[in-house]
Amino acid sequence: MKNHVLRPLFVVIGIVVLILLARIVIVPKDFGIGERGYMYAWYRKSNEEDWKKFKVKYMGREYCKDCHSDKYDAIKQTPHAAIQCENCHGPANDAVSEHPSDQRPKLVIDKSRAHCLRCHFPLPYPTSARLKIRGIDPDKHNPDMECSTCHNPHQPMEGLK
Amino acid sequence: MISRRKFLKNTALGIAGMGISLSALEIIDPRKLFAEVAADKAAVRWAFLVDTYKCVGCGLCVKACKEENEVPYDANVTRTWVERYVLTKTGKLYADTPKGARDGFTTDKIDLNADGIKDISKEGIEKAFFVPKLCNQCDNPPCVQVCPVGATYQAADGVVLVDRKWCIGCGYCIMGCPYGVRFFHPVHHTAEKCNFCYHRITKGLKSACVQACPFGARQIGNIKDPNDPVTVAIRTQRVGVLKSEYGTKPQVYYIGLDEEVR
Amino acid sequence: MVHGELWTVKELFVTPNEYIYWSIQIVMYPFMTGLVAGAFVLSSLYHVFGIQQLKDMARFALVFSFALLFAAPMPIVLHLQFPFRGVEIFMTPHFTSAIAAFGIVFFTYGAIVASELWFLYRKHFVEVSLALREKQDRTLGEQIRYLIFCTLTLGVYDISEESLHRDEKAIKFLAALGIPVACFLHGYAGFIFGSVKANALWMTPLMPVIFIMSAIVSGIALCMLTYIVAMEIRKYLAKRKRAAYAGLQSQDQLKSVEISVIQMTAKYLLAFLVAAISLEILDLIFRGYTALKSWDVLRSVIYDRDFKTIFLMQYGIGNLVPLILFLIPGITIRRAVLGVLLVLFGVFMMRWNVVIGGQAFSLTFAGYMHYHLPIVPHDWETVKEGLVGAIAIFIMPFALFTVISKIFPVFETQKAR
Repeated sequence: MKNHVLRPLFVVIGIVVLILLARIVIVPKDFGIGERGYMYAWYRKSNEEDWKKFKVKYMGREYCKDCHSDKYDAIKQTPHAAIQCENCHGPANDAVSEHPSDQRPKLVIDKSRAHCLRCHFPLPYPTSARLKIRGIDPDKHNPDMECSTCHNPHQPMEGLK
Repeated sequence: MISRRKFLKNTALGIAGMGISLSALEIIDPRKLFAEVAADKAAVRWAFLVDTYKCVGCGLCVKACKEENEVPYDANVTRTWVERYVLTKTGKLYADTPKGARDGFTTDKIDLNADGIKDISKEGIEKAFFVPKLCNQCDNPPCVQVCPVGATYQAADGVVLVDRKWCIGCGYCIMGCPYGVRFFHPVHHTAEKCNFCYHRITKGLKSACVQACPFGARQIGNIKDPNDPVTVAIRTQRVGVLKSEYGTKPQVYYIGLDEEVR
Repeated sequence: MVHGELWTVKELFVTPNEYIYWSIQIVMYPFMTGLVAGAFVLSSLYHVFGIQQLKDMARFALVFSFALLFAAPMPIVLHLQFPFRGVEIFMTPHFTSAIAAFGIVFFTYGAIVASELWFLYRKHFVEVSLALREKQDRTLGEQIRYLIFCTLTLGVYDISEESLHRDEKAIKFLAALGIPVACFLHGYAGFIFGSVKANALWMTPLMPVIFIMSAIVSGIALCMLTYIVAMEIRKYLAKRKRAAYAGLQSQDQLKSVEISVIQMTAKYLLAFLVAAISLEILDLIFRGYTALKSWDVLRSVIYDRDFKTIFLMQYGIGNLVPLILFLIPGITIRRAVLGVLLVLFGVFMMRWNVVIGGQAFSLTFAGYMHYHLPIVPHDWETVKEGLVGAIAIFIMPFALFTVISKIFPVFETQKAR
């Protein structure tokens, strides 16, 4: 070899070729540019499907309707109508609480005072809808009792139990 | 003499150019690079509408989100959260979001973190309100722009997703987000963010937070559909977005946004 | 526990997901790349501009730059949640990200430094391998050494006058080419921060330039320091072994060489130091004068919360004191050592104030975050993102230099032996 000056260049080319070969093996086949272009969509296409397959846990009140039509209908007539069953009863399709015998979920009901206080702690904030919700002073209003001992959350306006 | 100089030049140019030119040619098809306009053709573009007048700060949205999206319940990170803003008659602003309002706001005291708890008398409050926050699924998402490996991206319907198998965990996207919606997932250790419950909206369901909200403060819709209630509301009412000065074109619209909202 | 929660203390109104995600290793990263770039620029001053006084320093700076080169990406790797996925920046680089360029720029720069070293030491490789080839019954160690040096020659054994002349031309060319690449390597480290529009403290177009200037300052300072240490050792050896090795330079000879090299290098250090300080002050003045929305919170961080680390440690101890030390005429080795140590400290504090200071306030502009560096490690995370990890990174180039200088002898005299 007459001119040795190019030797380091050959080494560099060799390394680059190695990296490019490694790319063929390592980069997933579906990696590419999506509809939002290289800047915003340079990704592994199948990841969209991965996310779509993610498990749904909150099923919505219609899921409870068929078996619990009494509660479903009763709460509809009350100020609690807008509250989803799962807001207090927990997610219906949660793998963690699945009942082994009948495959129906075993739900954990949140009966804590803190749960009711999410709305019923009085915060009379001007310009906020919280102003309109009736509240109690948790330190004075039967501090040691669960709210549902006296109040029926499904029919809050029907008087005490 | 000339040929030698040429050789030298080639050596250097080659070394410098090698990395860039070869690998660049290999991975970027120039035709695709200019295909960004294609995004307009998509039939769906998810957008979110928050009515801050309706929000009461119950935090049921945060609870539902954490359980639905498997973000550890007790970890101090969350995909969505609710902020409380209290403005006093003396012109001072107090704001907090204890545990991201996972348990709602069940006290009138303001949580100032290391600065302790601030008691504000009811009489001293001029105005106060709650502001739910979540990912804005920006049209120009700076978090996606800065990902060095293509582990986060925007789907054709506008939702920004994170590839948990490809994320290297550098945290650049977390730094790049002006809204603070990103964090490291405590279990998966990859970047994590709100994706409007992608698994739900693509099945025709509402996002978990939208469904859980008893007051209709949160709504999600397709902004490409002119008859969608969210689209109608955004077009016919006075709405605002957060931090528009960053040029991110956020797609979470707010009714009743205050100047003090950060 | 959530990443970042351990070392972050929140104050006032901070959103739930905000933590100091970029911690000590991200302080180390621009510090280390800065040293690389600075050391290379210093060596190029001789090779390109022919500043003869730097001849002794240039060869040394280049080898040291090569050692630093391997240490520079380590902070980033340690910082990653998935260090082994780091290779993805070569596999699927996303060039709209400043970090993606790292793979390319770093590789290009590494190739230039390695090539330049090859041209510089080619004669040495050939001589060593030819000497070993002639030797009969080589020991195992010699055999390995022989194989290494044979590989390093890349199959070229021509060391005629003409070919060495070509080497020199190639070195000059690569050194010239390396300057913009070195500046780019570090400038874009500044760009990583400067382009984050979500961060009020980082976002300024001056950031890359500030980073380059302080990089050169720190690189020169570290080269001076290591050079002085190496010379002191040689002086010590010269004193002890004078009788045995007549070929060695005398203690006085070495001393006069040392002081003249330090004097010369200090001039360049001063020039770049002044440039770096000017730019940083300009940035500060500009922020105060334009007083954008973020200025209130920035001011409280700069003038109040971080006052000690910015004005006392960075500008005071790290910039002003060494400036005075170098400006006093008749520099001595002892004063130079103190000066460069303070300069290195100042540049480190500058990185600290940018990286940690940039995360000292919340996106709400109404809250603050404090960083508590994990000192005593109790799990892997506090090892790699704590004091131990940072120190390990800082020691790494010196350890590497010791190994590399076995292959690339830095001082002429070692050959004479």
